[in-house]
Amino acid sequence: MDEQEPLLKVDDLWVRFPTRTGMVEAVRGISFSVGRERVGIVGESGSGKSMTGRSILRLVRAPGQMEAKEISFKGEDLLGYSEKQMRAIRGHRISMVMQDPKFSLNPVMTVGKQISEAYRLHSRASRGEARRKAIEMLEAVEIRDAERVYNSYPHEVSGGMGQRIMIAMMLIPDPDLLIADEPTSALDVTVQMRVLAIMDKLVRERGMGLIFISHDLNLVSSFCDRVIIMYGGKIVETCKASELHNASHPYTRGLLAALPQIDRPTEKLAVLDRDPAWRSQESVPAYE
Amino acid sequence: MNESDKTMTKSPPALEVTNLNVYFGEGADIFQAVKNVSFKLAKGGSYGLVGESGSGKSTVLRAISGLIEHWDGRICVDGESLQPKRDKSFYRRMQMVFQDPYASLHPRHTVDRILSEPLKLHGIKDLDARVLKALDDVGLGRAFRFRYPHQLSGGQRQRVAVARALMLEPDILLLDEPTSALDVSVQAEILNLLKDLREERNLTYLMVTHDLAVVAHMCEEIAVMQFGEVVEVMSIEQMRNAEPREAYTRELLAASKGYDPEFFSSELS
Repeated sequence: MDEQEPLLKVDDLWVRFPTRTGMVEAVRGISFSVGRERVGIVGESGSGKSMTGRSILRLVRAPGQMEAKEISFKGEDLLGYSEKQMRAIRGHRISMVMQDPKFSLNPVMTVGKQISEAYRLHSRASRGEARRKAIEMLEAVEIRDAERVYNSYPHEVSGGMGQRIMIAMMLIPDPDLLIADEPTSALDVTVQMRVLAIMDKLVRERGMGLIFISHDLNLVSSFCDRVIIMYGGKIVETCKASELHNASHPYTRGLLAALPQIDRPTEKLAVLDRDPAWRSQESVPAYE
Repeated sequence: MNESDKTMTKSPPALEVTNLNVYFGEGADIFQAVKNVSFKLAKGGSYGLVGESGSGKSTVLRAISGLIEHWDGRICVDGESLQPKRDKSFYRRMQMVFQDPYASLHPRHTVDRILSEPLKLHGIKDLDARVLKALDDVGLGRAFRFRYPHQLSGGQRQRVAVARALMLEPDILLLDEPTSALDVSVQAEILNLLKDLREERNLTYLMVTHDLAVVAHMCEEIAVMQFGEVVEVMSIEQMRNAEPREAYTRELLAASKGYDPEFFSSELS
């Protein structure tokens, strides 16, 4: 791969859903790229952030339709790939962690079997080797009693543990890009921070790219390198994460003002005044 | 704060919980979810119970509201001790707003039916005027009266839930994570509404949340719970200024300010 080439490049992505009352446009012509960095996509429900994540792996279900000028991964054109070729990408070179481990793990298969299966699917490792690798990975996500967890079923582990298991499973094939869709929103705050610390460490050590999809502005601005703010299926603003508090778009400013702050007490929280003009503005390109 | 100080000397606390214990299960499987929890709440005051899942904070609320009957200790409202089984008049003094407005409203009842049900149960006449006024009070407007919950947004649903809780004109509202299922911009609207209503009607709030920023905005005093026990009690001022005493509270406070690699990755190898 050319060093100048971004890991992922998305150009003019649209996602549409036909409904009885006409076409609903969930994502409306967004363009962005991701390098070996942590990119946060922030927005409220319905902003199109999750659909953006799914589109990269071509996981938008029918009757939903996805269309783009370009989605390329390390210079390879994913749009031209067959379903079979996509399967070699998914989970192997681009992984995705979803919000709730309860719905992402197979309830009738032990944790260990699920992780080693994920590994064996994409490599020619033997059973024994896959097992060794899986336990190693469980240890990498800071699970202390890895042998025991390997043999347990998903209902026997806590939510925080479940999400670490998901992360272990997604990272075991050593992907180049990890898409995490609200990976910690179902967890308690202190557990959330531990899971993030683990993700942070692994992403940095392995030099992966990370797309972190979240509704939590504080979290994204403190965890990521770069932030993309979505509203109504478009990118309204993009900036360095450390500069988010200086954001200029009224939507971003409104969201920030609506957040209660511990150190800045106010009598009344600012209420977001949605300007219809935001929906008709051009989507801002968010290249690396 | 000042207002609650004044009333505290005159009348008994609006709500006083002393040595509350709540148990689940029986015999060998018994599990104590709440251990020796005590706090009191002046009339017009606003108190927050903070903690993570499994800390027992919602269980305390459910015991107070009468949804759980297996508890011991004392729960007093206006100085009057409550029994595990409540009579009808209790619900005219205390009502609850639940966490998830997608689950707490009957999907096949119109807003009108949802709001008039408490009135019918208590034999209150004058349904029309009261329902319309309730809609106005929570900023919904009359057009919403005959809609179904699925025709409303999350914020509008939570407004209906607040309106339902206020139909019987209670003095005390129990708020169980009232905004955790909502987007931030909608959360701001609901928190503003709750603050206004409290001021206008001199309501007393007991609020359960995991979000320290929300509790700092809404309450005057908080109790931090962990594993069924209160580990620390402090005023919001103390929380803002001083370092909390307990390591657990410090961790919660750090987590509420966002990701801090220094603080949270220290234990990683």
